[in-house]
Amino acid sequence: MRLVAKLKSLQRDWVSWVPTLWLGVFFLIPFLVVLKISLSQATIAMPPYLPLFDWVESALEIRLDFGNYLFLIDDPLYGAAYLESVRIAFVSTVITLLIGYPMAYMIATAREPRRTLLLLLVILPFWTSFLLRVYAWIAILKTNGLLNGLLMSLGLISEPLVILQTDLAVYIGIAYTYLPFMVLPLYASLSKLDRTLLEASEDLGATPWISFVTVTLPLTIPGVIAGSLLVFVPAIGEFVIPALLGGNDTLMIGKVLWNEFFANRDWPIASAVAIIMLFVIVGPLMWLNRINSKTEEATS
Amino acid sequence: MRLSRYVFPVMASLGFGFLYAPILILVIYSFNESKLVTVWGGFSTRWYVELFQDPQILDAAKLSLQIAASSATIALVLGVAAAMTLVRFRWFRGRTWLAGMVAAPLVMPEVITGLSLLLLFVALDNWIGWPSGRGVTTIVLAHATFGMAFVAVIVQARLRDMDRTLEEAAMDLGARPTTVFLTVTLPTIAPALVASWLLAFTLSLDDLVIASFVSGPGSSTLPMVVFSKVRLGISPDINALATLMILIVGLGGVFGFWQMRRSTHRRSA
Repeated sequence: MRLVAKLKSLQRDWVSWVPTLWLGVFFLIPFLVVLKISLSQATIAMPPYLPLFDWVESALEIRLDFGNYLFLIDDPLYGAAYLESVRIAFVSTVITLLIGYPMAYMIATAREPRRTLLLLLVILPFWTSFLLRVYAWIAILKTNGLLNGLLMSLGLISEPLVILQTDLAVYIGIAYTYLPFMVLPLYASLSKLDRTLLEASEDLGATPWISFVTVTLPLTIPGVIAGSLLVFVPAIGEFVIPALLGGNDTLMIGKVLWNEFFANRDWPIASAVAIIMLFVIVGPLMWLNRINSKTEEATS
Repeated sequence: MRLSRYVFPVMASLGFGFLYAPILILVIYSFNESKLVTVWGGFSTRWYVELFQDPQILDAAKLSLQIAASSATIALVLGVAAAMTLVRFRWFRGRTWLAGMVAAPLVMPEVITGLSLLLLFVALDNWIGWPSGRGVTTIVLAHATFGMAFVAVIVQARLRDMDRTLEEAAMDLGARPTTVFLTVTLPTIAPALVASWLLAFTLSLDDLVIASFVSGPGSSTLPMVVFSKVRLGISPDINALATLMILIVGLGGVFGFWQMRRSTHRRSA
Protein backbone atom coordinates (compact mmCIF):
# COMPACT_ATOMS: atom_id res chain seq x y z
CA MET A 1 0.00 0.00 0.00
CA ARG A 2 2.77 2.36 0.88
CA LEU A 3 4.30 1.72 -2.49
CA VAL A 4 1.06 2.72 -4.20
CA ALA A 5 0.92 5.95 -2.19
CA LYS A 6 4.53 6.63 -3.09
CA LEU A 7 3.87 6.04 -6.75
CA LYS A 8 0.91 8.40 -6.58
CA SER A 9 2.96 11.17 -5.05
CA LEU A 10 5.62 10.52 -7.66
CA GLN A 11 3.00 10.97 -10.34
CA ARG A 12 1.88 14.22 -8.76
CA ASP A 13 5.46 15.40 -8.58
CA TRP A 14 6.31 14.69 -12.21
CA VAL A 15 6.17 18.40 -12.94
CA SER A 16 9.12 18.75 -10.59
CA TRP A 17 10.93 15.55 -11.43
CA VAL A 18 11.08 16.00 -15.19
CA PRO A 19 13.16 19.22 -15.17
CA THR A 20 15.29 17.91 -12.28
CA LEU A 21 16.07 14.65 -14.06
CA TRP A 22 16.67 16.48 -17.34
CA LEU A 23 19.27 18.71 -15.72
CA GLY A 24 20.72 15.72 -13.92
CA VAL A 25 21.23 13.85 -17.18
CA PHE A 26 22.25 16.77 -19.40
CA PHE A 27 24.06 18.98 -16.93
CA LEU A 28 25.35 17.07 -13.90
CA ILE A 29 26.24 13.63 -15.31
CA PRO A 30 28.23 15.15 -18.22
CA PHE A 31 30.69 16.54 -15.65
CA LEU A 32 31.24 13.04 -14.30
CA VAL A 33 31.87 11.83 -17.84
CA VAL A 34 34.41 14.63 -18.33
CA LEU A 35 36.09 13.64 -15.06
CA LYS A 36 36.22 10.01 -16.17
CA ILE A 37 37.72 10.80 -19.55
CA SER A 38 40.23 13.21 -18.04
CA LEU A 39 41.62 10.15 -16.25
CA SER A 40 41.91 7.99 -19.33
CA GLN A 41 44.61 7.67 -21.92
CA ALA A 42 44.46 9.21 -25.34
CA THR A 43 44.59 6.90 -28.31
CA ILE A 44 44.03 7.11 -32.03
CA ALA A 45 40.54 5.70 -32.38
CA MET A 46 36.94 6.84 -32.27
CA PRO A 47 36.27 7.87 -29.53
CA PRO A 48 39.94 8.78 -29.05
CA TYR A 49 40.48 7.49 -25.52
CA LEU A 50 41.04 4.11 -23.84
CA PRO A 51 38.36 2.69 -21.53
CA LEU A 52 38.80 3.29 -17.84
CA PHE A 53 37.12 0.09 -16.71
CA ASP A 54 37.97 -3.16 -18.40
CA TRP A 55 37.07 -6.82 -17.79
CA VAL A 56 40.33 -8.71 -17.91
CA GLU A 57 39.89 -12.44 -17.25
CA SER A 58 36.57 -11.81 -15.46
CA ALA A 59 38.13 -9.29 -13.07
CA LEU A 60 37.39 -5.64 -13.20
CA GLU A 61 40.46 -3.69 -14.05
CA ILE A 62 40.44 0.03 -13.41
CA ARG A 63 43.08 2.07 -15.09
CA LEU A 64 43.27 5.56 -13.66
CA ASP A 65 45.73 7.69 -15.49
CA PHE A 66 46.73 10.92 -13.82
CA GLY A 67 49.19 11.53 -16.63
CA ASN A 68 46.96 14.18 -18.20
CA TYR A 69 46.98 16.26 -15.04
CA LEU A 70 50.73 15.78 -14.56
CA PHE A 71 51.18 16.92 -18.14
CA LEU A 72 49.14 20.08 -17.46
CA ILE A 73 51.23 20.84 -14.40
CA ASP A 74 54.47 20.10 -16.19
CA ASP A 75 53.86 22.28 -19.22
CA PRO A 76 54.03 25.96 -18.15
CA LEU A 77 51.70 26.90 -21.03
CA TYR A 78 48.61 25.68 -19.20
CA GLY A 79 49.30 27.36 -15.88
CA ALA A 80 50.02 30.60 -17.72
CA ALA A 81 46.77 30.25 -19.67
CA TYR A 82 44.74 29.86 -16.46
CA LEU A 83 46.41 32.89 -14.88
CA GLU A 84 45.98 34.95 -18.03
CA SER A 85 42.30 34.01 -18.28
CA VAL A 86 41.64 35.05 -14.69
CA ARG A 87 43.60 38.28 -15.19
CA ILE A 88 41.83 39.18 -18.46
CA ALA A 89 38.43 38.30 -16.98
CA PHE A 90 39.18 40.44 -13.92
CA VAL A 91 40.33 43.51 -15.86
CA SER A 92 37.34 43.21 -18.20
CA THR A 93 34.97 42.91 -15.23
CA VAL A 94 36.35 46.10 -13.68
CA ILE A 95 35.95 47.95 -17.02
CA THR A 96 32.39 46.61 -17.39
CA LEU A 97 31.58 47.77 -13.85
CA LEU A 98 32.94 51.27 -14.53
CA ILE A 99 30.85 51.58 -17.69
CA GLY A 100 27.79 49.84 -16.27
CA TYR A 101 27.40 51.59 -12.92
CA PRO A 102 26.61 55.09 -14.29
CA MET A 103 24.21 53.52 -16.78
CA ALA A 104 22.37 51.61 -14.07
CA TYR A 105 22.32 54.78 -11.96
CA MET A 106 20.85 56.81 -14.80
CA ILE A 107 18.15 54.18 -15.42
CA ALA A 108 17.27 53.87 -11.73
CA THR A 109 16.88 57.63 -11.32
CA ALA A 110 14.91 58.13 -14.57
CA ARG A 111 11.14 58.60 -14.56
CA GLU A 112 8.68 56.40 -16.46
CA PRO A 113 8.37 55.85 -19.40
CA ARG A 114 12.02 56.89 -19.88
CA ARG A 115 13.12 54.25 -17.40
CA THR A 116 11.49 51.41 -19.35
CA LEU A 117 12.93 52.76 -22.58
CA LEU A 118 16.49 52.94 -21.20
CA LEU A 119 16.16 49.48 -19.67
CA LEU A 120 15.02 48.16 -23.02
CA LEU A 121 17.99 49.85 -24.72
CA VAL A 122 20.34 47.93 -22.41
CA ILE A 123 18.61 44.59 -22.96
CA LEU A 124 18.07 44.91 -26.72
CA PRO A 125 21.68 44.32 -27.87
CA PHE A 126 21.70 41.15 -25.79
CA TRP A 127 19.00 39.83 -28.12
CA THR A 128 21.04 40.40 -31.25
CA SER A 129 23.72 37.96 -32.19
CA PHE A 130 26.65 37.82 -29.79
CA LEU A 131 28.90 36.56 -32.57
CA LEU A 132 27.97 39.42 -34.88
CA ARG A 133 28.45 42.01 -32.14
CA VAL A 134 31.97 40.73 -31.57
CA TYR A 135 32.52 40.74 -35.33
CA ALA A 136 31.48 44.43 -35.48
CA TRP A 137 34.55 45.34 -33.44
CA ILE A 138 36.96 43.89 -36.00
CA ALA A 139 36.06 46.63 -38.48
CA ILE A 140 36.38 49.28 -35.77
CA LEU A 141 39.64 48.20 -34.16
CA LYS A 142 41.62 47.06 -37.22
CA THR A 143 44.87 48.90 -37.94
CA ASN A 144 43.25 50.38 -41.06
CA GLY A 145 39.86 50.36 -39.36
CA LEU A 146 37.31 52.99 -38.40
CA LEU A 147 38.67 54.05 -35.02
CA ASN A 148 42.16 54.67 -36.37
CA GLY A 149 40.68 56.45 -39.39
CA LEU A 150 38.67 58.73 -37.12
CA LEU A 151 41.55 59.49 -34.76
CA MET A 152 43.96 60.19 -37.63
CA SER A 153 41.54 62.46 -39.47
CA LEU A 154 41.05 64.39 -36.22
CA GLY A 155 44.81 64.70 -36.02
CA LEU A 156 44.95 63.07 -32.58
CA ILE A 157 47.41 60.41 -33.72
CA SER A 158 49.77 60.26 -36.65
CA GLU A 159 50.43 56.52 -36.65
CA PRO A 160 47.57 53.98 -36.49
CA LEU A 161 47.22 52.31 -33.10
CA VAL A 162 47.51 48.55 -32.96
CA ILE A 163 44.46 47.46 -30.95
CA LEU A 164 43.07 44.44 -32.75
CA GLN A 165 44.83 41.21 -31.74
CA THR A 166 45.90 42.64 -28.40
CA ASP A 167 44.56 42.12 -24.87
CA LEU A 168 42.93 45.56 -25.05
CA ALA A 169 40.66 44.38 -27.87
CA VAL A 170 39.67 41.37 -25.73
CA TYR A 171 38.80 43.67 -22.77
CA ILE A 172 36.68 45.84 -25.05
CA GLY A 173 34.94 42.80 -26.54
CA ILE A 174 34.12 41.29 -23.14
CA ALA A 175 32.95 44.61 -21.66
CA TYR A 176 30.81 45.23 -24.71
CA THR A 177 29.06 41.88 -24.90
CA TYR A 178 28.62 41.30 -21.16
CA LEU A 179 27.43 44.84 -20.29
CA PRO A 180 23.72 43.91 -19.87
CA PHE A 181 24.68 41.21 -17.30
CA MET A 182 26.36 43.94 -15.25
CA VAL A 183 23.74 46.67 -15.64
CA LEU A 184 20.66 44.61 -14.75
CA PRO A 185 21.68 43.44 -11.24
CA LEU A 186 23.10 46.93 -10.54
CA TYR A 187 19.83 48.50 -11.63
CA ALA A 188 17.89 46.05 -9.44
CA SER A 189 19.81 47.04 -6.31
CA LEU A 190 19.93 50.78 -7.18
CA SER A 191 16.17 50.97 -7.73
CA LYS A 192 15.58 49.43 -4.30
CA LEU A 193 17.73 52.11 -2.64
CA ASP A 194 15.90 54.14 -0.02
CA ARG A 195 16.03 57.77 -1.25
CA THR A 196 15.41 59.21 2.22
CA LEU A 197 18.85 57.99 3.28
CA LEU A 198 20.44 60.22 0.63
CA GLU A 199 18.32 63.17 1.72
CA ALA A 200 19.36 62.57 5.31
CA SER A 201 23.02 62.45 4.34
CA GLU A 202 22.70 65.69 2.37
CA ASP A 203 20.83 67.38 5.23
CA LEU A 204 23.76 66.47 7.41
CA GLY A 205 26.01 68.38 5.03
CA ALA A 206 27.57 65.64 2.91
CA THR A 207 28.57 66.57 -0.63
CA PRO A 208 27.03 64.46 -3.40
CA TRP A 209 30.27 62.52 -3.86
CA ILE A 210 30.54 61.79 -0.14
CA SER A 211 26.88 60.69 -0.07
CA PHE A 212 27.58 58.46 -3.03
CA VAL A 213 30.67 56.86 -1.53
CA THR A 214 29.28 56.48 2.00
CA VAL A 215 25.60 55.70 1.31
CA THR A 216 24.80 54.63 -2.27
CA LEU A 217 27.86 52.55 -3.01
CA PRO A 218 27.87 50.44 0.19
CA LEU A 219 24.12 49.76 -0.12
CA THR A 220 24.47 48.56 -3.70
CA ILE A 221 27.43 46.26 -3.07
CA PRO A 222 25.25 43.11 -3.50
CA GLY A 223 24.38 44.32 -6.99
CA VAL A 224 28.03 45.09 -7.72
CA ILE A 225 29.08 41.60 -6.65
CA ALA A 226 26.26 39.82 -8.51
CA GLY A 227 26.91 41.77 -11.71
CA SER A 228 30.67 41.30 -11.49
CA LEU A 229 30.35 37.55 -10.99
CA LEU A 230 27.94 37.26 -13.91
CA VAL A 231 30.64 38.82 -16.09
CA PHE A 232 33.73 37.32 -14.46
CA VAL A 233 32.79 33.63 -14.44
CA PRO A 234 31.78 33.18 -18.09
CA ALA A 235 34.57 35.53 -19.22
CA ILE A 236 37.20 33.14 -17.80
CA GLY A 237 36.20 30.45 -20.27
CA GLU A 238 35.44 32.80 -23.17
CA PHE A 239 36.41 31.46 -26.58
CA VAL A 240 34.81 33.58 -29.32
CA ILE A 241 36.17 36.94 -28.14
CA PRO A 242 39.86 35.95 -27.80
CA ALA A 243 39.58 33.95 -31.03
CA LEU A 244 38.25 36.88 -33.05
CA LEU A 245 39.70 39.94 -31.32
CA GLY A 246 42.75 38.59 -29.50
CA GLY A 247 46.14 37.86 -30.96
CA ASN A 248 47.92 34.56 -31.33
CA ASP A 249 49.68 35.28 -28.05
CA THR A 250 46.42 36.00 -26.18
CA LEU A 251 46.43 32.89 -24.06
CA MET A 252 42.97 32.14 -22.70
CA ILE A 253 42.02 28.76 -21.34
CA GLY A 254 38.82 28.53 -23.41
CA LYS A 255 40.93 28.84 -26.54
CA VAL A 256 43.43 26.25 -25.23
CA LEU A 257 40.60 23.77 -24.57
CA TRP A 258 39.13 24.42 -28.02
CA ASN A 259 42.49 23.79 -29.70
CA GLU A 260 43.20 20.63 -27.68
CA PHE A 261 39.82 19.30 -28.73
CA PHE A 262 39.47 20.42 -32.34
CA ALA A 263 43.06 20.80 -33.53
CA ASN A 264 44.92 18.16 -31.49
CA ARG A 265 41.90 15.86 -31.03
CA ASP A 266 43.19 15.06 -27.56
CA TRP A 267 39.95 14.50 -25.66
CA PRO A 268 41.53 13.42 -22.36
CA ILE A 269 43.73 16.54 -22.17
CA ALA A 270 40.77 18.77 -23.13
CA SER A 271 38.77 17.09 -20.34
CA ALA A 272 41.52 17.64 -17.79
CA VAL A 273 41.69 21.31 -18.84
CA ALA A 274 37.92 21.56 -18.31
CA ILE A 275 38.06 19.91 -14.87
CA ILE A 276 40.73 22.31 -13.65
CA MET A 277 38.76 25.24 -15.11
CA LEU A 278 35.76 24.04 -13.08
CA PHE A 279 37.89 24.20 -9.94
CA VAL A 280 38.87 27.77 -10.80
CA ILE A 281 35.26 28.91 -11.20
CA VAL A 282 33.57 26.83 -8.50
CA GLY A 283 34.34 29.40 -5.76
CA PRO A 284 32.81 32.41 -7.56
CA LEU A 285 29.94 30.20 -8.72
CA MET A 286 28.99 29.21 -5.18
CA TRP A 287 29.25 32.83 -4.08
CA LEU A 288 26.81 33.80 -6.83
CA ASN A 289 24.46 30.98 -5.82
CA ARG A 290 24.44 32.24 -2.24
CA ILE A 291 23.60 35.79 -3.32
CA ASN A 292 20.80 34.47 -5.54
CA SER A 293 19.22 32.40 -2.78
CA LYS A 294 19.50 35.38 -0.42
CA THR A 295 17.62 37.69 -2.78
CA GLU A 296 15.13 34.89 -3.36
CA GLU A 297 14.44 34.72 0.36
CA ALA A 298 14.17 38.49 0.58
CA THR A 299 11.59 38.71 -2.21
CA SER A 300 9.41 35.74 -1.32
CA MET B 1 22.39 66.46 -6.56
CA ARG B 2 25.24 67.32 -8.88
CA LEU B 3 26.33 63.73 -9.28
CA SER B 4 23.09 62.68 -10.87
CA ARG B 5 22.86 65.94 -12.80
CA TYR B 6 26.17 66.06 -14.62
CA VAL B 7 28.82 63.42 -14.10
CA PHE B 8 26.75 60.24 -14.21
CA PRO B 9 24.46 61.23 -17.10
CA VAL B 10 27.48 62.09 -19.24
CA MET B 11 29.18 58.79 -18.39
CA ALA B 12 25.94 56.88 -18.90
CA SER B 13 25.35 58.51 -22.28
CA LEU B 14 28.85 57.45 -23.30
CA GLY B 15 27.92 53.95 -22.12
CA PHE B 16 24.81 53.88 -24.31
CA GLY B 17 26.90 55.22 -27.19
CA PHE B 18 29.42 52.42 -26.62
CA LEU B 19 26.53 49.94 -26.74
CA TYR B 20 25.02 51.21 -29.98
CA ALA B 21 27.87 52.66 -32.08
CA PRO B 22 29.18 49.25 -33.28
CA ILE B 23 25.66 48.14 -34.18
CA LEU B 24 25.07 51.35 -36.12
CA ILE B 25 28.37 50.89 -37.95
CA LEU B 26 27.42 47.32 -38.92
CA VAL B 27 24.16 48.56 -40.40
CA ILE B 28 25.72 51.48 -42.31
CA TYR B 29 28.51 49.41 -43.81
CA SER B 30 26.12 46.68 -44.95
CA PHE B 31 25.02 49.21 -47.60
CA ASN B 32 28.58 50.03 -48.64
CA GLU B 33 29.41 49.27 -52.27
CA SER B 34 33.10 48.83 -51.42
CA LYS B 35 34.48 45.70 -49.80
CA LEU B 36 36.84 47.78 -47.63
CA VAL B 37 35.62 49.12 -44.31
CA THR B 38 37.41 52.43 -44.40
CA VAL B 39 36.31 53.31 -47.91
CA TRP B 40 32.76 54.43 -48.60
CA GLY B 41 32.05 53.30 -52.15
CA GLY B 42 28.48 54.56 -52.34
CA PHE B 43 25.11 53.12 -51.40
CA SER B 44 24.43 49.61 -52.61
CA THR B 45 22.36 46.57 -51.76
CA ARG B 46 24.67 44.13 -53.50
CA TRP B 47 25.67 42.37 -50.25
CA TYR B 48 22.04 41.56 -49.55
CA VAL B 49 21.74 40.08 -53.02
CA GLU B 50 24.91 38.05 -52.44
CA LEU B 51 23.63 36.91 -49.05
CA PHE B 52 20.44 35.51 -50.54
CA GLN B 53 22.38 33.77 -53.30
CA ASP B 54 24.72 31.96 -50.94
CA PRO B 55 23.32 28.41 -50.61
CA GLN B 56 25.66 27.61 -47.71
CA ILE B 57 24.28 30.48 -45.63
CA LEU B 58 20.67 29.80 -46.61
CA ASP B 59 20.90 26.09 -45.72
CA ALA B 60 22.58 26.88 -42.43
CA ALA B 61 19.96 29.52 -41.62
CA LYS B 62 17.14 27.06 -42.29
CA LEU B 63 18.77 24.43 -40.08
CA SER B 64 19.40 26.96 -37.32
CA LEU B 65 15.79 28.17 -37.35
CA GLN B 66 14.53 24.59 -37.07
CA ILE B 67 16.88 23.83 -34.20
CA ALA B 68 16.01 27.11 -32.44
CA ALA B 69 12.25 26.55 -32.71
CA SER B 70 12.33 22.98 -31.37
CA SER B 71 14.88 23.62 -28.61
CA ALA B 72 13.05 26.78 -27.45
CA THR B 73 9.79 24.85 -27.20
CA ILE B 74 11.36 22.07 -25.12
CA ALA B 75 13.14 24.70 -23.03
CA LEU B 76 9.85 26.51 -22.40
CA VAL B 77 8.06 23.41 -21.10
CA LEU B 78 11.00 22.34 -18.90
CA GLY B 79 11.72 25.88 -17.73
CA VAL B 80 8.13 26.55 -16.67
CA ALA B 81 8.04 23.23 -14.78
CA ALA B 82 11.30 24.16 -13.05
CA ALA B 83 10.07 27.66 -12.20
CA MET B 84 6.77 26.34 -10.79
CA THR B 85 8.71 23.86 -8.66
CA LEU B 86 11.08 26.51 -7.31
CA VAL B 87 8.43 29.14 -6.56
CA ARG B 88 5.38 27.07 -5.63
CA PHE B 89 6.25 23.50 -4.67
CA ARG B 90 8.33 24.09 -1.58
CA TRP B 91 7.77 20.51 -0.42
CA PHE B 92 9.55 18.99 -3.42
CA ARG B 93 12.52 16.96 -2.14
CA GLY B 94 14.82 17.56 -5.09
CA ARG B 95 14.34 21.32 -4.79
CA THR B 96 17.86 22.21 -3.63
CA TRP B 97 19.36 20.16 -6.43
CA LEU B 98 17.09 21.76 -8.99
CA ALA B 99 17.79 25.28 -7.67
CA GLY B 100 21.53 24.73 -7.91
CA MET B 101 21.46 23.13 -11.35
CA VAL B 102 19.03 25.54 -12.96
CA ALA B 103 21.15 28.62 -12.31
CA ALA B 104 24.52 27.12 -13.20
CA PRO B 105 24.15 26.90 -17.02
CA LEU B 106 23.69 30.70 -17.09
CA VAL B 107 27.29 31.35 -16.12
CA MET B 108 28.99 28.08 -17.04
CA PRO B 109 31.68 28.76 -19.66
CA GLU B 110 30.37 27.47 -22.96
CA VAL B 111 33.47 25.42 -23.76
CA ILE B 112 32.86 23.32 -20.63
CA THR B 113 29.15 22.83 -21.37
CA GLY B 114 29.93 21.95 -24.98
CA LEU B 115 32.71 19.49 -24.21
CA SER B 116 30.82 17.80 -21.38
CA LEU B 117 27.66 17.35 -23.46
CA LEU B 118 29.64 15.96 -26.37
CA LEU B 119 31.36 13.43 -24.12
CA LEU B 120 27.97 12.48 -22.65
CA PHE B 121 26.46 11.96 -26.10
CA VAL B 122 29.41 9.82 -27.20
CA ALA B 123 29.17 7.74 -24.02
CA LEU B 124 25.37 7.35 -24.33
CA ASP B 125 25.76 6.32 -27.96
CA ASN B 126 28.20 3.60 -26.84
CA TRP B 127 26.03 2.33 -23.98
CA ILE B 128 22.47 2.51 -25.26
CA GLY B 129 22.88 3.48 -28.89
CA TRP B 130 21.04 6.79 -28.47
CA PRO B 131 21.43 9.49 -29.70
CA SER B 132 23.08 7.69 -32.58
CA GLY B 133 25.73 9.90 -34.06
CA ARG B 134 25.75 13.65 -33.69
CA GLY B 135 23.70 16.21 -35.51
CA VAL B 136 20.41 18.04 -35.17
CA THR B 137 19.14 15.91 -32.25
CA THR B 138 22.20 16.48 -30.10
CA ILE B 139 22.22 20.23 -30.81
CA VAL B 140 18.53 20.48 -29.90
CA LEU B 141 19.10 18.59 -26.62
CA ALA B 142 22.06 20.83 -25.73
CA HIS B 143 20.24 24.06 -26.57
CA ALA B 144 17.09 23.00 -24.71
CA THR B 145 19.25 22.47 -21.61
CA PHE B 146 20.75 25.95 -21.47
CA GLY B 147 17.56 27.52 -22.82
CA MET B 148 15.54 26.13 -19.93
CA ALA B 149 17.80 27.90 -17.45
CA PHE B 150 16.94 31.28 -18.99
CA VAL B 151 13.24 30.40 -19.19
CA ALA B 152 13.26 29.34 -15.54
CA VAL B 153 14.84 32.62 -14.42
CA ILE B 154 12.35 34.82 -16.30
CA VAL B 155 9.27 32.78 -15.37
CA GLN B 156 10.35 32.53 -11.72
CA ALA B 157 10.52 36.32 -11.46
CA ARG B 158 7.07 36.65 -13.01
CA LEU B 159 5.57 33.98 -10.72
CA ARG B 160 6.94 35.76 -7.66
CA ASP B 161 5.44 39.10 -8.71
CA MET B 162 2.11 37.56 -9.58
CA ASP B 163 -1.00 38.29 -7.55
CA ARG B 164 -1.80 34.98 -5.89
CA THR B 165 -5.29 35.94 -4.75
CA LEU B 166 -6.61 35.10 -8.24
CA GLU B 167 -5.37 31.54 -7.94
CA GLU B 168 -6.69 31.26 -4.42
CA ALA B 169 -10.10 32.54 -5.52
CA ALA B 170 -10.22 29.93 -8.30
CA MET B 171 -9.31 27.19 -5.83
CA ASP B 172 -11.91 28.39 -3.33
CA LEU B 173 -14.47 28.13 -6.12
CA GLY B 174 -13.52 24.47 -6.45
CA ALA B 175 -11.16 24.45 -9.44
CA ARG B 176 -8.62 21.63 -9.51
CA PRO B 177 -4.92 22.57 -9.45
CA THR B 178 -4.51 21.71 -13.16
CA THR B 179 -7.51 23.85 -14.06
CA VAL B 180 -6.20 26.73 -11.96
CA PHE B 181 -2.84 26.47 -13.68
CA LEU B 182 -4.32 26.38 -17.18
CA THR B 183 -7.02 29.03 -16.75
CA VAL B 184 -5.47 31.45 -14.25
CA THR B 185 -1.70 31.03 -13.91
CA LEU B 186 -0.77 30.49 -17.56
CA PRO B 187 -2.73 33.46 -18.97
CA THR B 188 -1.27 35.71 -16.26
CA ILE B 189 2.33 34.77 -17.01
CA ALA B 190 1.76 34.64 -20.79
CA PRO B 191 3.95 37.70 -21.58
CA ALA B 192 6.82 36.11 -19.64
CA LEU B 193 6.27 32.87 -21.58
CA VAL B 194 6.47 34.69 -24.91
CA ALA B 195 9.56 36.61 -23.82
CA SER B 196 11.34 33.51 -22.53
CA TRP B 197 10.51 31.42 -25.59
CA LEU B 198 11.89 34.19 -27.79
CA LEU B 199 15.02 34.45 -25.65
CA ALA B 200 15.62 30.70 -25.78
CA PHE B 201 15.05 30.86 -29.54
CA THR B 202 17.53 33.73 -30.01
CA LEU B 203 20.17 32.12 -27.82
CA SER B 204 19.94 28.89 -29.77
CA LEU B 205 20.09 30.76 -33.07
CA ASP B 206 23.22 32.52 -31.85
CA ASP B 207 25.18 29.72 -30.20
CA LEU B 208 28.51 28.87 -31.78
CA VAL B 209 30.57 27.11 -29.13
CA ILE B 210 28.19 24.45 -27.82
CA ALA B 211 26.85 23.68 -31.31
CA SER B 212 30.41 23.26 -32.64
CA PHE B 213 31.12 20.60 -30.01
CA VAL B 214 27.93 18.58 -30.33
CA SER B 215 27.23 18.90 -34.07
CA GLY B 216 28.18 16.26 -36.57
CA PRO B 217 29.16 16.27 -40.22
CA GLY B 218 26.53 17.92 -42.39
CA SER B 219 24.89 19.82 -39.56
CA SER B 220 26.60 23.21 -39.70
CA THR B 221 24.47 25.86 -38.05
CA LEU B 222 24.41 29.50 -39.11
CA PRO B 223 26.86 30.72 -36.43
CA MET B 224 29.30 27.98 -37.44
CA VAL B 225 29.22 29.15 -41.08
CA VAL B 226 29.46 32.80 -40.02
CA PHE B 227 32.40 32.07 -37.73
CA SER B 228 34.37 30.27 -40.41
CA LYS B 229 33.79 33.21 -42.79
CA VAL B 230 34.56 35.89 -40.20
CA ARG B 231 37.78 34.19 -39.12
CA LEU B 232 39.18 34.94 -42.57
CA GLY B 233 38.38 38.64 -42.14
CA ILE B 234 35.62 41.14 -42.79
CA SER B 235 32.99 40.06 -45.26
CA PRO B 236 30.26 42.58 -46.10
CA ASP B 237 27.54 39.98 -46.67
CA ILE B 238 27.86 39.13 -42.96
CA ASN B 239 27.11 42.83 -42.30
CA ALA B 240 23.96 42.41 -44.35
CA LEU B 241 23.02 39.33 -42.33
CA ALA B 242 23.65 41.23 -39.08
CA THR B 243 21.50 44.14 -40.27
CA LEU B 244 18.58 41.83 -41.00
CA MET B 245 18.87 40.28 -37.53
CA ILE B 246 19.11 43.71 -35.88
CA LEU B 247 16.05 44.85 -37.82
CA ILE B 248 14.01 41.89 -36.57
CA VAL B 249 15.17 42.30 -32.97
CA GLY B 250 14.67 46.08 -33.13
CA LEU B 251 11.09 45.69 -34.33
CA GLY B 252 10.52 43.16 -31.56
CA GLY B 253 11.93 45.66 -29.05
CA VAL B 254 9.66 48.47 -30.26
CA PHE B 255 6.70 46.12 -30.07
CA GLY B 256 7.71 45.04 -26.54
CA PHE B 257 8.05 48.66 -25.37
CA TRP B 258 4.66 49.53 -26.85
CA GLN B 259 3.10 46.50 -25.10
CA MET B 260 4.70 47.43 -21.78
CA ARG B 261 3.51 51.04 -22.05
CA ARG B 262 0.02 49.90 -22.89
CA SER B 263 -0.11 47.56 -19.91
CA THR B 264 1.19 50.23 -17.49
CA HIS B 265 -1.36 52.70 -18.84
CA ARG B 266 -4.12 50.18 -18.36
CA ARG B 267 -2.97 49.45 -14.83
CA SER B 268 -2.85 53.12 -13.84
CA ALA B 269 -6.14 53.93 -15.58
